[in-house]
Amino acid sequence: MAELTTTAPRAVTNPRATLQDLLPKIVLAPSFALILIFVYGFIIFTAFLSFSGSKLLPDFSTWVGLNNYVRLFNHPNWITALKNLAIFSVLYIVICSFIGLALAIFLDQKIRGEGFLRPIYLYPMALSFIVTGVAWKWFLDPGIGLEHVMQSWGWESFSFRWIKEGQMAIYTIVIAAVWQSSGFVMAMFLAGLRGVDNEIIKAAQIDGASTLTIYRRIIIPLMRPVFLSAFVVLAHLAIKSYDLVVAMTDGGPGTATWTPALFMQKFTFGRNEMGMGAASAIIMMMMIFAIIVPYLYSELGGKKK
Amino acid sequence: MSAASQDVATRNGIFARALIYAVLILFAVYYLLPLYVMVVNSLKPLDEIRQGNMLALPQQWTIAPWLSAWSTAQIGVQPTGLKPYFLNSVMMVVPAVALSTILGALNGYVLTKWRFKGDNIVFGLMLLACFIPFQIVLIPSARILGMTGLAGTITGLVLIHAIYGLGFTTLFFRNYYEAFPTELVRAAQIDGASFFQIFRRILLPSSGPIIVVTVIWQFTNIWNDFLFGSSFSGFNSIPLTVALNNLVNSSTGVKEYNVHFAGAILAALPTLIVYIVSGRYFVRGLMAGAVKG
Amino acid sequence: MSFLKISNLYKNYGQVEILKDINIEIDKGGFLVLVGPSGCGKSTLLNTIAGLEPITSGDIAINGNSVAGLHPSKRDIAMVFQSYALYPNMTVAGNIAFGMEIRGVPKDEREKAIKQVADILQIGHLLDRKPSQLSGGQRQRVAMGRALVRNPQVFLFDEPLSNLDAKLRVDMRTEIKRLHQRMKTTIVYVTHDQIEAMTLATKIAVLKDGLLQQFGTPAEIYNSPANMFVADFMGSPAMNLLSARLEGGEGGLNVVLDRPSDKPLALPIKMANGALGAYSGKEIIFGVRPEALTDPDGADRNAKSLAEGECLIEVVEPAGSDTFAVTKLGGKEVVARLRADAAIHAGQKTRLAFNLDKAVFFDPKSQLRIA
Repeated sequence: MAELTTTAPRAVTNPRATLQDLLPKIVLAPSFALILIFVYGFIIFTAFLSFSGSKLLPDFSTWVGLNNYVRLFNHPNWITALKNLAIFSVLYIVICSFIGLALAIFLDQKIRGEGFLRPIYLYPMALSFIVTGVAWKWFLDPGIGLEHVMQSWGWESFSFRWIKEGQMAIYTIVIAAVWQSSGFVMAMFLAGLRGVDNEIIKAAQIDGASTLTIYRRIIIPLMRPVFLSAFVVLAHLAIKSYDLVVAMTDGGPGTATWTPALFMQKFTFGRNEMGMGAASAIIMMMMIFAIIVPYLYSELGGKKK
Repeated sequence: MSAASQDVATRNGIFARALIYAVLILFAVYYLLPLYVMVVNSLKPLDEIRQGNMLALPQQWTIAPWLSAWSTAQIGVQPTGLKPYFLNSVMMVVPAVALSTILGALNGYVLTKWRFKGDNIVFGLMLLACFIPFQIVLIPSARILGMTGLAGTITGLVLIHAIYGLGFTTLFFRNYYEAFPTELVRAAQIDGASFFQIFRRILLPSSGPIIVVTVIWQFTNIWNDFLFGSSFSGFNSIPLTVALNNLVNSSTGVKEYNVHFAGAILAALPTLIVYIVSGRYFVRGLMAGAVKG
Repeated sequence: MSFLKISNLYKNYGQVEILKDINIEIDKGGFLVLVGPSGCGKSTLLNTIAGLEPITSGDIAINGNSVAGLHPSKRDIAMVFQSYALYPNMTVAGNIAFGMEIRGVPKDEREKAIKQVADILQIGHLLDRKPSQLSGGQRQRVAMGRALVRNPQVFLFDEPLSNLDAKLRVDMRTEIKRLHQRMKTTIVYVTHDQIEAMTLATKIAVLKDGLLQQFGTPAEIYNSPANMFVADFMGSPAMNLLSARLEGGEGGLNVVLDRPSDKPLALPIKMANGALGAYSGKEIIFGVRPEALTDPDGADRNAKSLAEGECLIEVVEPAGSDTFAVTKLGGKEVVARLRADAAIHAGQKTRLAFNLDKAVFFDPKSQLRIA
């Protein structure tokens, strides 16, 4: 063996070595090419569309400049969608974070049956938004759901018809969305709490801090990275929220629960306003990237060195 | 690990602990309520839902809604039930999960063990692709599928799901293999193992947990997808989520709530079973997807 | 004829030069130790010999054939890694045989080789276990077994003992030395531990910042360090490096050292060499190892150039086999190594003997030894 390899001329072994050198890149290339085309190429395509006068089909013969964006921001449905996104995301993020943190802190008190409760809090995350939507749509439906139940229990004056009221319908979507995601936020906080260095807490106890003070002054401030992660994940989900709205209200009553994602779909494929649809998608992407890019940058940049 | 928080807890009074338990149980009820409503009412005749109480147990138990949801309910124009759509989803999910997982594993392997100039940029671009709102690729995707003749086919959906899952699968495997000792790869190189031999013989045997995490993550996401399904499916390739939405939101006929609930549970069942069987891995995937690096 | 020859080797990462103009040759059966502080490039150098990292320029030849550009598996080398790098999913036997399996060696031949190696290393009873079921020392043996079974032209060891506890480390060190004496294979061994380097090597290469500082036998490195870095790095406790003046005096040159609260100490050098003469009247760095600075009773009787001086002892550290005494000379703390039962205590003034045969002198600017 030794004889063989050492006397083999370099020219013979070199081509094999270079093939081995190239192999990793050959393996990676298809995936990377697909991502480049299907993600970044398509983003550019959509960006071009948003400056074109496309209606039913992509049409690059007429250029309208920023006209689609101007029309977009003057369109009442888009304004409704933005308002709804603001209401929805603020409530969704705040309530999920609050419930998630509270449940995590409570569960972290050496609770008997934690192993039983935790999966219950978390299982909605495994469901499709469509399933969640169906469940809550009918449960909140005045005809058969909660209102009907309360009245049949003798509370005749009970009224809960938010899902049918233009002003309030968006809040029912918040309820369903919080139901689906808060358990997951709980899991994130729980992992964070379990990672807190015991000795810090012991030191605080020796310093005479009360349980409440320890949580308020030491543990919750330590959860900063979890708050950040939760915020990013929830904001990302909120901006993309589409399925749940479709399943629960399909944007109704009227256009009361339109979100940007719904707007994009309805204008592009329903109303043949492809240019405006593309513009709305670009705005959505900019919103998400405004949140994600700095986050990824700090997460990855901080790790590297 | 929570010994310290236990110490904290022991100083709480009995009252505080009772309160904590009450809150925890209350929330358990909140999370279980919709599931309970769905199950209970899927086993009732329709009249009992309309006249009775949604929270009450069935007075007259029936599995007719389930049978209807599975095989006879009117979806679109066909009285086929959800069965064909369930099969569509299966045929879409299995290859899409397999494809994206295998590619993700290879990508992660290359990006950690065969580093090259610019590999961080490649990874960064793949990572960022996880987070794009898919609305931005809907129009060009539809066009590509149309041009390649894959519009409205299950193959087209498989392709789309596999591609847009690549970012996450690559992320999962990269982070996992990052912690895998590079010296093992070097030792195998000296032993003369080739690129694929090292992957198959050295890395893969230790990749069990991350494969499970990735497969569960991809399975859940693709099974539960609605956006791509509703945008790209044709008459013969509609996935289950889209069919369920059609069933529930069809404007014609009597609203058969019990059938809707049965259908919703049918649609949720595969992912729920996965969750119950391997919740640990499911949560790990969620975390890995949320907390990067 | 040199068996392993590294000539004019450069290695860059982008703009950064990791290794600069490395030239090393060792004979067949030699034991080369690459030693230096962390980040000096010693592991990179080993990896380039293994072929795990490409070189920028220069050449590496084994037995007269250039191996630069060859795949690691084609270089006829074997490597033992710091973390042992045992394949976690394979048994000990599987680990040892993996390379042969890849090369397509038939099963019975593989088993014979495994048995042979297992006998040498006394790991026969471990063959069916997984690495996770082994202790640190056992893993170390398996890693060596995996290297041995290849019967390579050159063994490469990358800090193989650094993950073991102190006692085991000494045992394994002896074991490696015994193995080397028995197998007579050429070895390249990386460590940051200068004691390992001294005990194992036939040749030592001291590296710092990617530059070869000195290459020589352990005795050369220890007794005639090429520069102040090597003098300071090799040996424990470290060599005392003191600012001093050279002055002409009766019968030759004197080394003059400042003392706190006393007049300067002048030590006559009887065997001064020619190069040193040029430094007469100039500042130099005077290097003396602790064992060359001792109590007069314990001094080397055969030394040609012994000088004594009165020193104020500041700290006494009994270490069992010896007693170390700290004094101050030339503005720096100086460690002297006395007999274990030397009767001294802190605050006392005592006479110390300087063995100037063993002393070395450095140019304070270039930091090189004055030959």
